[in-house]
Amino acid sequence: MTLFLARKLTWTLATLLVASVVIFLALEIVPGDPAQVMLGINATDETVAALRKSLGLDQPPLTRYLSWVTGMLQGDFGKSHTYSVPVVDLVAERIVVSLPLALIALFMSTIVALPVGLIAAARRGGAADTGIMAVTQLGIAIPNFWFGLVLSTIFAVWLQWLPSGGFPGWSAGVWASLKALMLPAVALALPQAAILARVTRSALLETLGEDYIRTARAKGLSRRAVLWKHALRNALIPVLTIMGLQFAYLLAGTIIIENVFYLPGLGRLVFQAISLRDLIVVESVVMMLVAVIIAINLAVDLAYLVVDPRLRANH
Amino acid sequence: MRNRSFAIGFVITLVITLTALISFVWTPFDVTALNIAAKLQKPTAEHWFGTDHFGRDVFSMIMVGARNSIAVAFVAVIIGVGFGVPFGCWAAARGGLMDEALMRGNDVIFAFPALLSAVMITAIFGPGAINAIIAIGIFNIPVFARLARGAALALWPRDFILAARAAGKGAARITIEHIIPNMANLIIVQATIAFALGIIQEAGLAYVGLGTQPPFPSWGKMLNEAQTMMSFAPHLAFVPGLAIVITVLGLNLLGDGLRDVLDPKLSRTRR
Repeated sequence: MTLFLARKLTWTLATLLVASVVIFLALEIVPGDPAQVMLGINATDETVAALRKSLGLDQPPLTRYLSWVTGMLQGDFGKSHTYSVPVVDLVAERIVVSLPLALIALFMSTIVALPVGLIAAARRGGAADTGIMAVTQLGIAIPNFWFGLVLSTIFAVWLQWLPSGGFPGWSAGVWASLKALMLPAVALALPQAAILARVTRSALLETLGEDYIRTARAKGLSRRAVLWKHALRNALIPVLTIMGLQFAYLLAGTIIIENVFYLPGLGRLVFQAISLRDLIVVESVVMMLVAVIIAINLAVDLAYLVVDPRLRANH
Repeated sequence: MRNRSFAIGFVITLVITLTALISFVWTPFDVTALNIAAKLQKPTAEHWFGTDHFGRDVFSMIMVGARNSIAVAFVAVIIGVGFGVPFGCWAAARGGLMDEALMRGNDVIFAFPALLSAVMITAIFGPGAINAIIAIGIFNIPVFARLARGAALALWPRDFILAARAAGKGAARITIEHIIPNMANLIIVQATIAFALGIIQEAGLAYVGLGTQPPFPSWGKMLNEAQTMMSFAPHLAFVPGLAIVITVLGLNLLGDGLRDVLDPKLSRTRR
């Protein structure tokens, strides 16, 4: 068990290290001198050289890589050149949009998907199952940003119940902010719910075929009790895996939805930083997101141990 | 049930593919010709899906857009299969450190948020179809590598592989002659799913202006242009969106159907 955790942690750290090298190298080969891009084509050679020096671009790549990584280890993620504020502050400003959005979408998708998957599995082969499977197949095929556009046309343009875009900020009131996040969250949640419902159903069907389920039924437990008590708990592992992946996706992958609804989230921060060649922002934010994704995967692995005592015994 | 999925998926995929192919030789109207006098028409007998703000025929744009979506997603799948399957087979055949190294490399790619990274790649190296293909294709590689490795590991201990080894065949020859043909089913099914995802990703990149560039129409770009006209010309956004939904649905149904047709053993637990 301890060995298992130690191995897991070592691999996690190694993955982070390799990821940091990949990110750094990827931005090293970006065409165009960042200093030149920031200053525009009219800048003199002297001002470009001065900016290069102040950005540290005159240093060799290895020196810059090491100072970036050691800085991050001490909690210093660098300073944005365009906004002249620490990257951490920029992230803090955007995460209050991205994190609640991801959490609301994950919550919506889960409360819909789990019962729906359960019903489909319980009524396997019946009309309800067939209908649910058809609807989820359709749900998976709908691109979330298009669904966002459709929702915004119906609820913002035609009915005018909700805002079509923008974010007022939490200081402007919790209700106003929640209203601004409602349509994007629903748009994000629909395809995720469709996938999660299918995973829940097939995981349940797989466990329902196990011997211990037959045993439980043979000793006289009702179908319902077996489904809730025995099958559901055992089906949780694949469901948890998918939820972990979905949360990671929702945190980092909402970039297109943020463009649909003009939300100032993390994705747009990176998007804008790339076009402004504000490389330190891109590097540090992507690194943070990678770290979060790795941490979520680790947490999911550890959650298996909590859900499934058999795994605890094995390691 | 199984054959119905396959049949519907196959027909939809065939129709979309034919539409894309026909667009090379014929479209009802020229998609690059602007005709402001006929702008923003609702669907009519002449313009089946109406016209956009430049008076271009939406049906013709959908036809040409299909070509573009299919090409980008298809080549991205080829990249994923072309690199991922050899990597996975190699890792399984060699085992040990090589296996560990390749699979950890896989984990690193998996740790990157795919969509954000694709946006990053296309934004940095310039928007366009080629860079979109590369950006989507890179993130297909670990998917196929993992799948191929798992399948190969399950095949290696089998008796017919043992027989091939006894006959003196080397690891590379066994992989090509016995391992890959036996995992082809799994790869084909995953390829249709990756194809469907590629269509959505391409549309997403094109929507934020990083995919195929004008004057060539693409479904994502059409959605982007339609967004500002939602209040008075909603059909401009509904039509390309539905085109994406139908294409992706068709490919997913085809994948599901193929899984059942190719591997009846698997379908019992999945369905």
